[in-house]
Amino acid sequence: MKIRLNGDTAEFKEGLTVSELLRELEIEPRGVAVEVNMKIVKKKDFEGFRLKEGDSVEIVSFVGGG
Amino acid sequence: MDFTEEQLKRYSRHIILPEVGGKGQKRILNARVLVVGAGGLGCPVGYYLAAAGVGTIGMVDNDSVELSNLQRQIAHSTRTIGVNKAESAKQTFEALNPDVSVIPIKDRLNSKNILDIIKDYDIVVDGTDNFPTRYLINDACVMTKKPLVSGAILRFEGQVTTILPGDGPCYRCLFEEPPPPGLVPSCQEAGVLGVLPGVIGALQATEVLKLILGKGKPLKGELLIYDALGANFRKVKIPKNEDCPVCGKEPRIRELVDYTEEYCSLT
Repeated sequence: MKIRLNGDTAEFKEGLTVSELLRELEIEPRGVAVEVNMKIVKKKDFEGFRLKEGDSVEIVSFVGGG
Repeated sequence: MDFTEEQLKRYSRHIILPEVGGKGQKRILNARVLVVGAGGLGCPVGYYLAAAGVGTIGMVDNDSVELSNLQRQIAHSTRTIGVNKAESAKQTFEALNPDVSVIPIKDRLNSKNILDIIKDYDIVVDGTDNFPTRYLINDACVMTKKPLVSGAILRFEGQVTTILPGDGPCYRCLFEEPPPPGLVPSCQEAGVLGVLPGVIGALQATEVLKLILGKGKPLKGELLIYDALGANFRKVKIPKNEDCPVCGKEPRIRELVDYTEEYCSLT
């Protein structure tokens, strides 16, 4: 299935969860906020949240330097 | 408009802009802005606000200038190594523009002193280097309905957003709680391209001037992410979280929190 990932089109297997997506991208889940179709996905829901064709996913990293 | 001859010259490129004019420049001269952190971000933010003629600039920092700061913290110099950063910034900004009064606040913000400090300012700028202070500033600004221009940097990435409490989301709507201690590195641990805070700080200063002038569209409800390596800007919409612990319908956080020091990596 095709999704929009941080503004770019990307191809992933059907039914991928947010957790699986982060694992595939080698991103530490506790260090990011994830938004699907402009709604924040709570961290506790990462495991069960299944993505579908056409979803728009934004992964935003914690950045705290100044 | 009772500008001096010198002020008419100094601000001529502003005054000629229809969006600024004499009236807007007066607003800038009367504005009071608090910049938290006189480091990578605070230096360019304060520098440009001073150049623009922001009449009162509070600079908060309890650290002293170190040699390793000078690759990016442009308000300081080899000459001011060892000097408190707020004090060093004051010297630089007031030398640039005598219209500006810089108030050095040589303290670290905490739940006890923050409300008393921010109450004297119209706008707060977050340029801190640690998460405990970042959350403290967000919560204090939400509770006192103070506009906040937030910026952050690490390695080659920067983030900016404008928070207008009561009118859009806050930092916690996106990042509800601070990351676990030690998970997100600091600039000291992971490095930062020296010019990156210049880009992000200039964007923050732009947002501040727009708020003072009441012109343009503030960067609210959106996080602007800059990737220096890719030369790419990306905007992520931040939805307002009705369950936000501090700005939601039934806020759980009603008092300011001092997160423990372990949250903060070495500054």
